[in-house]
Amino acid sequence: MQQSFYQHRLANGLVVLGERMPWLESVAFTLMIPGGTCRETTPRAGLAGLSLELSQRGAGPWGSREIVEQLDFLGVERSSTVSTFHTTVSMAAMARVLEPTLEVAAAMILEPHFPDEELEEARQSALLELSSIEDDPAQKCFKELKQLRFGEVFGRSSLGTELGLQAISHQDCVDFHARNCRPQGSVLALAGNFDWDQFVKLAEKLFGGWSGHAAAEPSPVLSHRGSTHLQHDSQQTHIALAYDSVPYNHPEYYRGRGIVGVLSDGMSSRLFTEVREKRGLVYAVSASSHSLKNCGSVLCYAGTTSARAQETLNVTVETIRDIRNGIDPDELSRLKSRVRTSLVMEQESSTSRSSQMAYDWVYLGRVPPRQEVLSEIEALTCENLVEHFLKYPPQGWTLVTIGPEPLEFADAISN
Amino acid sequence: MQFRTEVLDNGLEVVAEINPDAFSMSIGYFVKTGSRDETHDIAGVSHFLEHMMFKGTARRTSVDVNRELDDLGSQSNAYTSEEQTVYYMSVLPENQCAALDLLTDMMRPSLRDEDFQTEKQVILEEIAMYDDQPPYGAMERAMEAYFGSHPLATRVLGTRDTVTALTSEAMRTYHEARYAPNNLCLVATGAVDFDALVMETAIRTKAWKSSNISRELGPPKVQSQTIGMVHPPATQQYTLEFSPGPGYLDPDRYVTRVLGSILGDDTGSRLFWDLVDTGLADTAVAYTQEFQDCGVFGIYLACAPDQQTENWARIEAILGSVLESPVTERELDLAKNKICAGMILASERPSNRLFSVGNAWTIRRKYEGVRDAAEHYRQVSLDQVQQAFLKLKDRQRVLISVGPE
Repeated sequence: MQQSFYQHRLANGLVVLGERMPWLESVAFTLMIPGGTCRETTPRAGLAGLSLELSQRGAGPWGSREIVEQLDFLGVERSSTVSTFHTTVSMAAMARVLEPTLEVAAAMILEPHFPDEELEEARQSALLELSSIEDDPAQKCFKELKQLRFGEVFGRSSLGTELGLQAISHQDCVDFHARNCRPQGSVLALAGNFDWDQFVKLAEKLFGGWSGHAAAEPSPVLSHRGSTHLQHDSQQTHIALAYDSVPYNHPEYYRGRGIVGVLSDGMSSRLFTEVREKRGLVYAVSASSHSLKNCGSVLCYAGTTSARAQETLNVTVETIRDIRNGIDPDELSRLKSRVRTSLVMEQESSTSRSSQMAYDWVYLGRVPPRQEVLSEIEALTCENLVEHFLKYPPQGWTLVTIGPEPLEFADAISN
Repeated sequence: MQFRTEVLDNGLEVVAEINPDAFSMSIGYFVKTGSRDETHDIAGVSHFLEHMMFKGTARRTSVDVNRELDDLGSQSNAYTSEEQTVYYMSVLPENQCAALDLLTDMMRPSLRDEDFQTEKQVILEEIAMYDDQPPYGAMERAMEAYFGSHPLATRVLGTRDTVTALTSEAMRTYHEARYAPNNLCLVATGAVDFDALVMETAIRTKAWKSSNISRELGPPKVQSQTIGMVHPPATQQYTLEFSPGPGYLDPDRYVTRVLGSILGDDTGSRLFWDLVDTGLADTAVAYTQEFQDCGVFGIYLACAPDQQTENWARIEAILGSVLESPVTERELDLAKNKICAGMILASERPSNRLFSVGNAWTIRRKYEGVRDAAEHYRQVSLDQVQQAFLKLKDRQRVLISVGPE
């Protein structure tokens, strides 16, 4: 698992990372900037997303339509997302068009037009996107869970609220971008087939004139226990459940992640086996690790027809708690095998690699080499996983259900 | 990149696109069976059977199957469509033989009744899950209305009634006929050891017997109609239109795909600029769906219920604007660049190539490298796209709309 990794910090603070994958024809970059939903101002929930949308409707020499046409002309696959702490722009293209592709991304950051006359259209799009998740109860369940668990500031959805979206003015979007879209705290991670020296020169040319610090982040994230039920005329009850765990930057993160792997990675995982295979209670059941700065959680989902929802919740929670009774060496060996394979296969995708590098940087301040991740995984034992589970037992439960009937779960009732 | 193919004595075909430099390899059994091969009383059997294939064999329990899939560190799954059922795994090259052994054994499942009854509950949950999402109901209903008495009208998941009534005996009979070696193709991509693959497959499938299987083919008789459906909890209105399009064997399909991209790709298309960018609709797309003997050109709109009528009128105006707004060279170039670059970027993963190679071989009996495949789009002329656009003016269509009232 050889890796050629590079890093460089521009004078303005922008961190540029690179990993060469010369066997590919593509390059992909991920640009993470500190403009997440936690920096929105009350009551303007949805401001980060609307500001991002407007920044893409014309920038540099390109008008609103010309940006899309330029990216299509270059054959660029792209996405832009807003999370709690960041705004992220990702693009992937053939290696030969890296420069013109990065020019478009840089223009969106440094020279957005923010066309006043397009705000209403962007607002209407955002309102439609917000209301469309009402027809997707599983997604809605997680939106509500985040809000209940992380509270007003850190539980905001990137979709915003109707009230928030309606309150946003053109100046709010311009100000949000100006306050937060700054090189200090931003990272540009490139993976694929490129020449590092040329890329650094290009980054200096395109981003060298960028300056400033982003506004300070709000106070630390705390999780809240509690439960809520949303009445919905559906066949299935959707269950979203969360409990405390260790975050990505915690020294024992891989142990916490290992336990989630035993619970949910693959078809032999415990939740899949107990909830779906043995009892046929669900089509979908899963658990995943989730981090917001220093606050780690495990998020779980199960969807089942209402008559079997209480049993599904009970079996899910009992399966999680049963980790304390031990982990089988075979379970651990399967977990390690999956991680080894996925680390090798990560080398087939410039997109996956660039987003992982950017994520590592903003969470850890460095990019662990594959060999280090592998060593962490190889160091897991059945004993140290159970020990970790007993040290950080599931607690601080948050539960959201959507469906015809509420469910009972004493551990998620607020004191 | 090398392409190799071999037919075993029992009729099973093995094909591979070999890239010795790849980090991984993918293998998959492409079974030429799907919902269109089902009679009404067993509707949903292909998809239910796909689930049952993970439930154990003469040599393995269901727990063994799941454990081995994970032991190999594989990324594996299966899917069922109207025309095929595909089981696939991506593994490190050193696990080729173990992956082949497992996947091949899975093709001969035990189909134990106890597992069948438990899994039936999972299928019913899957049906309930989609029932709660109104766009899926509209899509299933549109297929039924468009295809009428044609076999493609059968729902992939079946219905609550047909799945409930299904027996493990009926499934066994279906499996025996449809999973014969002459109806399967083993496809591999990436760092494949082809000689070993052929040899090991031959050993493991020696006892497989071929069968007389056929598929009813022919174009559907489409009758234009408009259907309204009510799903009270829905907040959006979902509208879907199907009209005739080229099938998977029709050389015109490249032209229609390019036209679909120009008119209704999810970004940068005419529908996008008129309806999505302006905030009138959440989604407005055009797409093609191709089958062995026919195809459909689909239009899908999701928007607020009170804006549906006005939005649909805008879509009609765009689809009928061939004379006043003919396709431009610029639009054609952008669509081609977008499609071709997307194909090449996706091809970097052997797991993505598996489906391109497998579909082209099982349906068209043709192998093409990704650059040759992209060339078909490069060859599409402005005149061809304009002619396809013109045909949309008088299309026969089935229109379905589902919303809260």
